[in-house]
Amino acid sequence: MSETKLIFQLSQPGRSAVSQAPKAVAEDKLSAIPAHLRRQQKPALPEVSEMQVVRHYTNLSSKNFAIDKQFYPLGSCTMKYNPRGANRAAMLPGFLNRHPLAPETHSQGFLSCMFELQNFLKEVTGMKGVSLAPMAGAQGEFAGVAMIRAYHEARGDEARTEILIPEAAHGTNPATAVMCGYKVREVPVGKDGDVDLEALKAACGPQTAGLMMTNPSTCGVFERQIEAIAKTVHEAGGLLYYDGANLNAILGKVRPGDMGFDVIHMNLHKTFATPHGGGGPGAGPVGVSERLLPYLPTPMAGQRDDDSYYWVDTDTLPTSIGHLSAFMGNAGVLLRAYYYARSLGRDGMIRVGEFSTLAANYLLKRLEAIGCTAAYPDRRASHEFILTFAKEAKELGVTAMDIAKRLLDYNQHAPTTYFPLLVPECFLIEPTETESKEALDEFVDAMAAIMEEARTEPDMVKEAPFTQPVRRLDDVKAARELDLTWSE
Amino acid sequence: MSEIPAELRYASSHEWAKNEDGTVTVGITAHAQDAMGDLVYVELPEVGQVVAAGDEAGVVESVKAASDIYAPVSGEIVEINEALEDEPELVNNAPYEGGWLFKIAMSEETDLDNLLTADQYQAQIESE
Ligand SMILES: Cc1ncc(COP(=O)(O)O)c(C=O)c1O
Repeated sequence: MSETKLIFQLSQPGRSAVSQAPKAVAEDKLSAIPAHLRRQQKPALPEVSEMQVVRHYTNLSSKNFAIDKQFYPLGSCTMKYNPRGANRAAMLPGFLNRHPLAPETHSQGFLSCMFELQNFLKEVTGMKGVSLAPMAGAQGEFAGVAMIRAYHEARGDEARTEILIPEAAHGTNPATAVMCGYKVREVPVGKDGDVDLEALKAACGPQTAGLMMTNPSTCGVFERQIEAIAKTVHEAGGLLYYDGANLNAILGKVRPGDMGFDVIHMNLHKTFATPHGGGGPGAGPVGVSERLLPYLPTPMAGQRDDDSYYWVDTDTLPTSIGHLSAFMGNAGVLLRAYYYARSLGRDGMIRVGEFSTLAANYLLKRLEAIGCTAAYPDRRASHEFILTFAKEAKELGVTAMDIAKRLLDYNQHAPTTYFPLLVPECFLIEPTETESKEALDEFVDAMAAIMEEARTEPDMVKEAPFTQPVRRLDDVKAARELDLTWSE
Repeated sequence: MSEIPAELRYASSHEWAKNEDGTVTVGITAHAQDAMGDLVYVELPEVGQVVAAGDEAGVVESVKAASDIYAPVSGEIVEINEALEDEPELVNNAPYEGGWLFKIAMSEETDLDNLLTADQYQAQIESE
């Protein structure tokens, strides 16, 4: 495939695309904006014809590896099928044209969907209250830990300065704790993927504000001592935070509320099948136990005695940690999740949990049979699992990254690589429930071929990919010399 | 197998320590930089900061991962390797020379005895 020019490089003075052109704005409307706040020069936007725009972006999109084109087993990301029906529902003109500042009486339909979604998520997680306000998993974490902080402060318990985090955790967990003004203390994870309970006991004390846990963990296994862990942290006076990124595995089966968690965030853009990736809009609702109800972020959808709906805001909930954005979450993403929840229903959700786990365990067993090494061979997988290529790296010089790149040549999206950091040369593989057995078998065939190539032609594998628009990208240069602004 | 100079001491968290008359130079081992991959950013402590052995004293970040650096001995930070701000790759290219991170005026000479010898460190990374 040929190298694509940037849209800026296609620009010629005077060209324009009719359907993309902004509507002329009457001068009297502009005059409301003070002169010194108006730009003097036109922005340097590319000048291109409509046809050029269409062709440019169609060509770019066809270069993408995407869930609509390929198997996408990116661990910890739950790249499942995004139902078209959910998209259609969220695009109904009544939803699309609703202004967030429109009066409540004009938003009753939207508010009722959000109110019901809050209730579904309460039921799914076993929590006492849910706010849909956070706009991503990481923002849900921020809201959650801010609530933990508000809870301790309201009780005058100022000595709690530390958040405990198992070493396998996603990077957003420690980042969140630090953003909320806490010190992070790592808790080691044992060889079987479970938290080292003795080390946790030793780390707990009057300085413990809480523990952030992912269960099933980022090691792809269900934490078996969860009740003992909950008891240990609660006895020390800390609260339990549940990172719900892996909710897919336990949907309809186990509820974080029943495991003793005080606060949870969910990634609806993962578990509830809304499109995600590339930093696109997300939804990270938070659920809480009884004692954190006063602190939930606003706005939330509330229902009056006469069945009408309203926005619950800081005027009615002054103890709230407040707003996380101008309005409530990403409305379109929440609507898609609402549709997804409604179309699955209770039984459908149970099947999601069962089939995502079945798909992962099937794939794990088949990959072990072709000579891949499981990081936790004695454990059953949750909805995802870890392979380690430490042996291949040592003996053949072929790393997890090389194998990941070679997978692209077999038209398979690479799994998550080098995460969790705990396991050397690892793949974190999450097939999801929406893949057919045939798709899983094709991935196994590709892996079998690559494992053979690693033995017979390791130098070739180290050069992969060969079939993509670009070869290996220079990640180091991109990180060191980040440059995102077009200039001549 | 990566280089493990016999004259240095090592922390199990992969820092090396070199004592010269009570001033201890600290870096990360060849094995550690190799596992991290190409570094893109190094965060160093402030000169004058007082650290206890085992305290966090910096962060190294690669395209794959970010990893805390722990002070192998207690004392005051007396010098940092400012060249790393623009050239973090020095740590990859010469982990035991130009890629050193910081120097500590050691307050407890006995801290050194708690560190691993080259042979012990070698045994640790083989068992990992
Ligand atoms: C375990 C875990 N926690 C938290 C997050 C953060 O979610 P988000 O990317 O929506 O901010 C992720 C995302 O990848 C994750 O995998």
